[in-house]
Amino acid sequence: MKQDIILAGVGGQGILSIAYVIDNAALADGLAFKQAEVHGMAQRGGAVQSHMRLSDGTIWSDLIPKGEADMIMSVEPLEAVRYFDFLRPDGIVITSSTPFRNIPDYPDLDKVLDAVRKAPRSVVLDSEKLAKEAGTVKAQNIVLLGAASSFLILKEASLLRTIDTLFRGRGPTVLEANLKAFELGKKAALGS
Amino acid sequence: MPRQILLGDEAVALGAVHAGLSAAYSYPGTPASEILEYLVRLAAETKAFPAVWSVNEKVAYEEALGASFAGKRALVSFKHVGLNVAADPFMNSAITGANGGLLVVSADDPGMHSSQNEQDSRYYVQFAQIFGYEPSDHQEAYDMAREAFDLSERLGLPVLIRMVTRLSHSRSAVEIRDARPQNELKKGAGKDWILLPVNARRRFTQLLERQGEMVRISEESRFNVLRLDEKNRSFGVIASGIAYNYFREAAAGNGAPPSFLKVSTYPLPEGLIRKLVGHVDTVLVLEDGYPFIERQINGLFGVPGKTVLGKLSGTLPASGELTPDIVRLALGRKPLPSLPASGLPLAGRPPQLCAGCPHADTFKALNEALEGYAGSNVFGDIGCYTLGALPPYGAIDSCVCMGASVGMARGASDVGLHPAVSVIGDSTFAHSGITPLLGAARANADMTVIILDNATTAMTGGQPTYGSGEGLLRLIEGLGVPKEHIRTIEPLPKNHDKNVQILKDEIDHHGLSVVVAVRECVQEQRKRRS
Ligand code: SF4
Repeated sequence: MKQDIILAGVGGQGILSIAYVIDNAALADGLAFKQAEVHGMAQRGGAVQSHMRLSDGTIWSDLIPKGEADMIMSVEPLEAVRYFDFLRPDGIVITSSTPFRNIPDYPDLDKVLDAVRKAPRSVVLDSEKLAKEAGTVKAQNIVLLGAASSFLILKEASLLRTIDTLFRGRGPTVLEANLKAFELGKKAALGS
Repeated sequence: MPRQILLGDEAVALGAVHAGLSAAYSYPGTPASEILEYLVRLAAETKAFPAVWSVNEKVAYEEALGASFAGKRALVSFKHVGLNVAADPFMNSAITGANGGLLVVSADDPGMHSSQNEQDSRYYVQFAQIFGYEPSDHQEAYDMAREAFDLSERLGLPVLIRMVTRLSHSRSAVEIRDARPQNELKKGAGKDWILLPVNARRRFTQLLERQGEMVRISEESRFNVLRLDEKNRSFGVIASGIAYNYFREAAAGNGAPPSFLKVSTYPLPEGLIRKLVGHVDTVLVLEDGYPFIERQINGLFGVPGKTVLGKLSGTLPASGELTPDIVRLALGRKPLPSLPASGLPLAGRPPQLCAGCPHADTFKALNEALEGYAGSNVFGDIGCYTLGALPPYGAIDSCVCMGASVGMARGASDVGLHPAVSVIGDSTFAHSGITPLLGAARANADMTVIILDNATTAMTGGQPTYGSGEGLLRLIEGLGVPKEHIRTIEPLPKNHDKNVQILKDEIDHHGLSVVVAVRECVQEQRKRRS
């Protein structure tokens, strides 16, 4: 049993928090994992990605080979499309439809979303709207994680426990909003 | 044994702590920053040792060396180019030797994710003729830190661990061992540590005499693994560090891997390399960074009757970071099928200054102040503000190394370039800008230095800085810059016209001026308020 995931987004969008939750859930579930992330210059609003590998056996490479990823999970639609060459032909793309427009040549959003849907399986959700509904627009990353949760080989309880650890220190409102964001993301994905 | 989730950087750091670390020093730089970041957090909790952001890497190295002189175990860490800054004490510490264990961690950046070159720290290990480790995973990074301290004390020499970006910034679970106590204070012997020629000659001879022993230690290291396939004598692989992971990944699912040697220690385990090369006709050498192993195997004349493949042979790209895909091809395996490209033109998304960044306002004002001049000569430096090179600013003409902007502006001005402007951040100024400004002040060089005082080391995540605020202004004055030409601006849109005028006045002035642009980094401001 293995699962390779490309986490994608723009520097500052919180993909390292998603990775943190998955890492800890994997540890709790007794799985091996390696997760390569991007620090430094690219974190200043550049394209960032994290290679997340889960397995019940040995994981060699810290990077996912092209064609080996089972899932692309992206907080931003253009960034989801950027890593198509990593995805298996039958892989799944789970992405937010909310564009992050910090470049002058950002393509037409409809074209971006059409490109996303060229993947054989895709889940596209309005993470901004759902996060606001949950109580904070900052929880878009957790909306995405919730949307992906039914497709992960991790136990949902382990994910929720880590979200609890991650946000408990920031007060009950923040924690509740993130738990709700997870729930809304999950429902939206299952309904889509 | 308990398992803990750690970044590669953190694994080395925690390994050092559990080995009885007494002091740690560093200057921030990607991909090494997280080593000391982690130690600073641990030190705040445990109060067991100082973990210090030093003024620069040379100072960090000397501080660690002092702790080693005192008999304590010390760690110094930096990115690969930081070792250039620390090269003087580093090279000489191979002659003085270490008293308490001295662990040097240098993190290379193949592919230049956040660096200006791809230099390979293994050359420094060879240059200083000391012992080095190259971990391929987190557990090794953790375990090697402990072993490195033991070996450092056994050999009486500093030991270096070479990291690369991919391992530094990869997270995994590590099995943790019990911590052992720190060393007692025990001063070093003067005859070893006073590098007068009479002592240095003797110490250097001793260093040379230990080389054979180091090769033997390397050959016996449990981190080097030799596996010979008796049935297949045509092809074998030598892989070091992270490249070993890519090799095993690419060879998996295809029966048993070919004969291989995993290299994790330096000087090279010569005997093991002879065995592998002797066993097969063709050897593929996989290493992230320079072709360090490949070149040594080839020597000047190559290995008669054998084919050695790698970066020198053109089998692998000579520059850039290795990936599992590149290694897969080099092993003769076809790429995996993947989803076809979507056809959407993928607009690039380069990094950029944060919205509201003070540097943006300074660059806008500077560009306008320079409008009257044909061609701008703005020497940039290392930090977030290097992004001022990109549109829409296009505000700098050079970026070389820490502090270079000040010396380069001086040199350009000396030979007649006007205006000559240097743009440097407060942390970079403290690191390497003070000494060139001292020289420029003595000569009253015709140049303008703009110090961007955002009160932090922003690019690497907000480490403390030494030359900020009032202290910075006093420091500049103390260096001999005329008081009337030390000006401050607050880079905000509402001050734009005023700032342009101040910059113009100082650029027009034929002599040395320093303009300090004072406004806190918005990321740090946000952190402080949350
Ligand atoms: S981190 Fe600070 S200094 Fe760097 S770009 Fe952002 S605001 Fe500017």
